[in-house]
Amino acid sequence: MTLAPETSDLINVEIDGVEMNVPKGTLIIRAAELIGTEVPRFCDHPLLAPVAACRMCLVEIEGNPKPQPACAIELTPGMKVRTQRSSEVAEKAQQGVMEFLLANHPLDCPVCDKGGECPLQNQAMSAGRAESRHDIPKRIFDKPVPINTEILLDRERCVSCARCTRFADQIAGDPKLELLERGAKQQVGVANDEPFDSYFSGNTIQICPVGALTSSSYRFRARPFDLVSTPTTCEHCASGCSLRTDARRGEVTRRLAWHDADVNEDWNCDKGRFAFTYLSQDRINSPMIRENGELRVASWPEALDVAARGLRSAQGSTAVLTGGRLTMEDAYAYAKFARVVLGTDDIDFRARRSSSEEAAFLRASIAGDCGPTYADLDKAPIVLLVAFEPEDESPIVLLRLRAASLRRGLRVVALSPIASRGLEKIAGEWAPIAPGADAGALHALAQGGGDVPNGASIAEALRQPGAVILVGERIADVSGGPSAVAALAAATGARIGWVPRRAGERGALEAGALSGLLPGGRPLDDVHARAQLAQVWGVDAADLPTSVGRDGASIVSAAAAGGLGALVVGGLEPRDAAQPAAMRRALDNAGFVVSLETRRTEVTDRADVVLPVAVVTEKSGTFVDWEGRRRPFARVFGDALMMSDGRVLAMLADVMDSSIGRGDVKSLRNELDSLGPWTGARAVAPSDSAAAEQTGGPLLVTWRLLLDDAALQEGEPNLAGTRRRTVAVVSAATAASLGVAAGQRVTVTGPAGSVSMPVEIGSIVDNAVWLPSNASDCAIASLGVAPGQPVRVSGGAA
Amino acid sequence: MTLTPVITAHWDRPDLYTLAGYRAIGGYTALAKALQQEPDAIISTVKDTGLRGRGGAGFPTGLKWSFVPQNDGKPHYLVVNADESEPGACKDIPIMMATPHTLIEGVIISSYAIRANHAFIYIRGEVPQAIRRVAAAVREAEQAGLLGDNILGSGFNLRVTIHSGAGAYICGEETALLDSLEGRRGQPRLKPPFPAVAGLYASPTVVNNVETICNVPFIVNNGVEWFRKFGTEKSPGFKVFAISGHVNRPGIYEAPLGVTMRELLDYAGGMRGGRPVKFWLPGGSSVPMLTAEHLDLPLTYEEMAAAGTMLGTGTPMLFDDTVSVVRAVTRWLEFYKHESCGKCTPCREGTYWITGVLERFEHGHGSAAEIDTLVDLCDQIGGRSFCALGDAAATPYPAALKYFRNEFEAGTSQAAELEFAPAASYLFSEATAR
Repeated sequence: MTLAPETSDLINVEIDGVEMNVPKGTLIIRAAELIGTEVPRFCDHPLLAPVAACRMCLVEIEGNPKPQPACAIELTPGMKVRTQRSSEVAEKAQQGVMEFLLANHPLDCPVCDKGGECPLQNQAMSAGRAESRHDIPKRIFDKPVPINTEILLDRERCVSCARCTRFADQIAGDPKLELLERGAKQQVGVANDEPFDSYFSGNTIQICPVGALTSSSYRFRARPFDLVSTPTTCEHCASGCSLRTDARRGEVTRRLAWHDADVNEDWNCDKGRFAFTYLSQDRINSPMIRENGELRVASWPEALDVAARGLRSAQGSTAVLTGGRLTMEDAYAYAKFARVVLGTDDIDFRARRSSSEEAAFLRASIAGDCGPTYADLDKAPIVLLVAFEPEDESPIVLLRLRAASLRRGLRVVALSPIASRGLEKIAGEWAPIAPGADAGALHALAQGGGDVPNGASIAEALRQPGAVILVGERIADVSGGPSAVAALAAATGARIGWVPRRAGERGALEAGALSGLLPGGRPLDDVHARAQLAQVWGVDAADLPTSVGRDGASIVSAAAAGGLGALVVGGLEPRDAAQPAAMRRALDNAGFVVSLETRRTEVTDRADVVLPVAVVTEKSGTFVDWEGRRRPFARVFGDALMMSDGRVLAMLADVMDSSIGRGDVKSLRNELDSLGPWTGARAVAPSDSAAAEQTGGPLLVTWRLLLDDAALQEGEPNLAGTRRRTVAVVSAATAASLGVAAGQRVTVTGPAGSVSMPVEIGSIVDNAVWLPSNASDCAIASLGVAPGQPVRVSGGAA
Repeated sequence: MTLTPVITAHWDRPDLYTLAGYRAIGGYTALAKALQQEPDAIISTVKDTGLRGRGGAGFPTGLKWSFVPQNDGKPHYLVVNADESEPGACKDIPIMMATPHTLIEGVIISSYAIRANHAFIYIRGEVPQAIRRVAAAVREAEQAGLLGDNILGSGFNLRVTIHSGAGAYICGEETALLDSLEGRRGQPRLKPPFPAVAGLYASPTVVNNVETICNVPFIVNNGVEWFRKFGTEKSPGFKVFAISGHVNRPGIYEAPLGVTMRELLDYAGGMRGGRPVKFWLPGGSSVPMLTAEHLDLPLTYEEMAAAGTMLGTGTPMLFDDTVSVVRAVTRWLEFYKHESCGKCTPCREGTYWITGVLERFEHGHGSAAEIDTLVDLCDQIGGRSFCALGDAAATPYPAALKYFRNEFEAGTSQAAELEFAPAASYLFSEATAR
């Protein structure tokens, strides 16, 4: 709850005869909450600016002839307020407003989604009269009306509190939802040709105090009182949103943003809210082994036995690829399994484009470090965005930056070839650079600015205490990039926040699921670190790998070349890999593949043994968000039979006559915690030199849009309906030189293939083209070209 | 009390609306005088006159001006509220048609006083002729160097922008007017901050009524004492009364505040056909009605308040005994229902509901219980709504009930038209009959 602006100025006031000291600027409604008095309200929301439109919260203020809205009046010293608890005037005023609110409200509670959790229902009981005197015909509207594919609007139920429209404008920065018409005909609406396509639109359903905005997917599916709710953490990205997962009869019916003032406040993004149908799709329910080229169902003992034999026979030539979606505990189990059971340090959690320089950077500058937090963003003098687009890659970071930008003009600078829509929303500054030229620009900033646009002022701001550099995982595409980020931080004192896309990456890093890195940020090549691990793991330190193992790319190329005896694979998709074809070859050519999976994938299609594991609703665990903050979550389905990766690995270890412990969440977490923080020397940050400037062009700029063709968004057409349209973005000059006009179709061709889509003129540097990485009609992986590399762009469809 | 034409003094002059005509009667002499004074001196002069806003609320004009923070580094704005939409009010539009230069001269002086270099005149969109006339006068003034840079060599610059409303009564509410002027949907703003601190484009802004601003040149030319000779201690000055209804000579009558309705009615030639006054409203539909027994009350802010009503816009509407109170009140409520902006619950839902019930009374389908329900509903709007429009919507019924309860009781069994044939109250009925 936001009580008031931070201030030490306390004032003495009285509410319902209770004397209290509150910070200056506190609203009456918030102060009343402190003494347990809930003044009824509809339009009030702690995170939205007061509007005093619904008039539900009228209270009596001594000396004021009219009752006043508690949601909009700041307490002044000595103010005496009487709420409905002690004032007949306030009580009558509230009852009057309630009677009016119900006048035109349909009596359809029995079929309304909101029924049972409805502020209007609840407050009609607490602040209303038992019977209505209203008997004239109610106002009628056509209903429901879609405002986007996810949300249906019932205008008859709307009480015009304007929470949704204010959210769209003030929080999301997508002011596409507005109140239209006037008087009793006033209604929420969108422009005819422009639906409310916002990544955050689902929040309006949740903050609607009546059933006016309902979810297309959840509509008519459940009653709130039939749902079992579990506090959970979003598995989709590294923002770390607190969620509430509601389930009925073994099925998730909906997910809501849950309040966490330190992280997501009261919001989440539409992916986190709606993308959960994948959980029950294509599930693998029992172990399988490959026999005569075909997978067949096997018992657990049989499958574990086959897996154990396969791995044992490959001892000394094994590797582990975990993927970036595991919980911290499961990642820890893999990290331990690799070192203790397989005796290898060949492990990598990065099932995406990555580099060994990035790994070195993560080991040196991120792992085991308490980086900047959301609160630090609120206070920072400047936030520099490097290879990171917050709206698509970590939406709650965008909301925080936007709030700080609106509240106090936080300076956000994006070092990027393109000025994104997200940057526009946070009124950020664009420091344009050529694609792939990040490293050079970062070094220039480290040295005072160089020729970076506005460089001197950015460099100076970065030297102020509290400055933050937010770097995305795409920095791995820039050779010399991670080194340059570390160098800039060292030169300026700015703190680095590494914001990967996937929810499990930071946790995997902390758990040691990366070659050269033991749990707790311990360098593998440090003898004391190994000794600490050996003690906790109960093994001989001499049995642990001593030299830094291979990272993902080396593992894949070794396997593809037929040089790897066995591969243990967690949840990863070959199509996400830097080179999908190489990944598939690796899976085909590895001597033996054990796949721990939740569903049929390209990996299970190639595995020798498939061991089914739990999805997030079937296990508890912890995600670690980009801040390094632990986000534990509870199991939604307590009676689920599926085991977590950790449990399965523990059973496998047992069968292999080794042990990683019980492998359950609690013991894994306790064991990781017992290690404590690493206090020894850290790995040295990489100092790779910046890559030479690319020639030819246009050069490719790309990232994954929040809503795209990803596996975790499968089975939710309403969510897919709000995806952004696939376009290629070029500058006006580039368009002219290519001879294409806005709206025209272009074909972008790389060595391996081509994609075509309409072109748009945007704020992007010349000789560059931006494409979405993973749209259903634009899979960059099929081009066979890395970001920053030249592509061919030509007018017309392929 | 005699009529005292000041603003309306030369309205018989056919070319008064032109710059030449206005100059011929001494126009723009006040401007020259004002520009030789310090702005603060003008503010204190206006303060000393006790001039009260003529738009309806009667807030002291000089005091409003003095709320504008000075030397704050922000642009200041003067906004003239010419969105005259109150049922029964018809004074600002005639003023703009007859003597637009009085308004412009007042605008220049007032802007000079509050240090505004940009003034806006927000004119009701339904009167394009007034918009054209004021716009033409602004062009004339610009060409004559009375607007623009370095006005009369004083170093003072002023631009005037004419803005047309789009047909919403709510935009006469000053903060809704500002939202509308900024290009938004016209809905009232949360106060504080008040416009004097954060008004148009979040800058200090004074919003004044047309007639208020038209007082300013005369005050500058004639001084405080002259002004205070008119009217009473608490309601000094003169007022442009626009009389309408069942009177023989409806129209504009300018008289000192404190004149009685009976005196004004005499000037207006009495009621048509010598019929009695049944009820009358001192200033627009938003003020509670009075009856014949109140005709001798002085028309001042304080006396009207004492009688339980308000001077409002000072545009009396008089109704004779052919009029059904139930029908009149229903029409007014239909207006408020139609014009409610929808922002706050009491006004949005209350006007809808009350109108529905009143229509039943009009057709003889009301019930005795509903007479009291309506009182309750009005209580639930008045003082509970976001802006004064809601309060206004809650006034007609309780006042009507106070004096004419019997007509509402009749509405439980008999349609209003049976006792009060609509044709009899039409102002054109006699003409049609002839």
